[in-house]
Amino acid sequence: MDKKDMKNIEKEMKLANEGLSEKERTLFSDARPTPVRPLNKYVEKFLNWARAESLWILGYGTGCGAIELRPLMTSRYDMFRYGIAPRPSPRQSSVFIIGGYASLKTIKRIVRSYEQMQGPKFVIALGSCTINGGMYYDSYYTINRINYYIPVDIYVAGCMPRPESLIAGFNKLKENIKAGKCDGMNKYAKNFDWYKANQKKIIKDWNMPDYNW
Amino acid sequence: MSITTKALYVIISVIVATIYGLALNGVVRKIYARVHGRFGPPVWQPFIDIIKTHGNNVAISHGIMYYLGPVFRLAGGLGTYLFIPVIFGSVVFSNFSLAGDLLLVMYFIFFGQLGMALGAGEGGHPYSPIGIARGLAQMTTFEVPFALSVIALAIQYNTLNITTIVAAQQGSILNWTLFTNPLAVVAAMISLLGMNMHSPFSIVLAPQEIPIGPPIEMNSSFLATLQTNRGLFGAAKLVLFMNLYFGGAAHANIFVALLIMILKTFIIYMFSVFVGAAYPRFRPEQSMRFFLKWPTLIGIASILFVAYF
Ligand code: SF4
Repeated sequence: MDKKDMKNIEKEMKLANEGLSEKERTLFSDARPTPVRPLNKYVEKFLNWARAESLWILGYGTGCGAIELRPLMTSRYDMFRYGIAPRPSPRQSSVFIIGGYASLKTIKRIVRSYEQMQGPKFVIALGSCTINGGMYYDSYYTINRINYYIPVDIYVAGCMPRPESLIAGFNKLKENIKAGKCDGMNKYAKNFDWYKANQKKIIKDWNMPDYNW
Repeated sequence: MSITTKALYVIISVIVATIYGLALNGVVRKIYARVHGRFGPPVWQPFIDIIKTHGNNVAISHGIMYYLGPVFRLAGGLGTYLFIPVIFGSVVFSNFSLAGDLLLVMYFIFFGQLGMALGAGEGGHPYSPIGIARGLAQMTTFEVPFALSVIALAIQYNTLNITTIVAAQQGSILNWTLFTNPLAVVAAMISLLGMNMHSPFSIVLAPQEIPIGPPIEMNSSFLATLQTNRGLFGAAKLVLFMNLYFGGAAHANIFVALLIMILKTFIIYMFSVFVGAAYPRFRPEQSMRFFLKWPTLIGIASILFVAYF
């Protein structure tokens, strides 16, 4: 393959950002997410331990189940003792909690926030609604399965799940991270086109950049 | 002393201070948790947090100034720390103490904040300029009582060299500035409340209204740099206060001296922690008015006190 072909391929790989107006397109990046190669085995193991012991959460209270997130911070459940702390910005958090059903309007925000998080990033989906739609399975405006749109690491079932089950979910997530099983970020990058197609299929007014780095 | 030994000593001193500052943060989180009736995170949580943020495998940058913001902040912390003699009479922990270093240290306390202001501004998040505006405004006001109290010290000890000020306080506990010039200490301790940004004066980071303010866009290694600096800078400020007002740390045995340093700075820090755990937050204008009222008057009184009595 000569240089010209390479350039053409690179051009094709760029994101079109078609949802944006002509003027806005240049303001946003057109790069696609790329999978990150793991470091040395032992370094990665050590880092995974640190990642598991310091989970900074970005709580997105999309549905009623999110009400169970608040008691976690209180003295009764005290999530801080597990190294879990809330963080106000997607840039700094590593765990994204989808708090219940996602309407078509919120899935857009979910995608944006998820993409803005800096990897490695993990997703906990809370409540039956995120698994199969729950009691809103036939609603016209809620989506049924979160993991068609972003990769989910842990589901916490229940309607609504108690804070204890959330903590159990966190502990399971920790185990998985330590075992190196949580690779949602690379999964998203590798299957980027599939996820984008799914997202664009349901989000009709797509007026944001294709990838929100 | 050769330059390599000096460099080695400085590195040891910086590492000790950073670890101490971070551990102190961990202990304080634990104390806050106990006040709330919780167990709280383990004491070593700040270290894990830093390892984790450094270990992120992606970091988004918004431009050159954004890159330099945390660097400036760390430079401010390092600069503050490196010109403060940590332990009186110790070679390893004397850092780069020189004549007139007190002015330099005061400058460096401000420097980091300015650098951070430029860096965070480029992040483009609307909350960072709000946090920066609040931070700089509050900083200017709490600097007033602190500067007045330093002027009182300069008149009292006839020097701006921290080592000389510490030397003048040796001998007896009654030689401490705390007893020779209590008004200056009161003014400075109130401004320390602002410096440490604990509760009544936590308008800069204000997690509930402007989610953590200036560093909101900072991620991965940028954030880890800021966190490291928080440990170092926190320790540096406390050591400075210990030197200026509470007799410094001096002992023939370096480890005993370190223990004394830890004990004294811990107690100094607890002052702002207890105030923070007990009081709700001021609004920006309240906080600024506060510093310009009583602490400033007390600062002026302390100068009159040393000048005329
Ligand atoms: S699972 Fe139940 S509690 Fe949770 S969002 Fe759905 S309906 Fe609400």
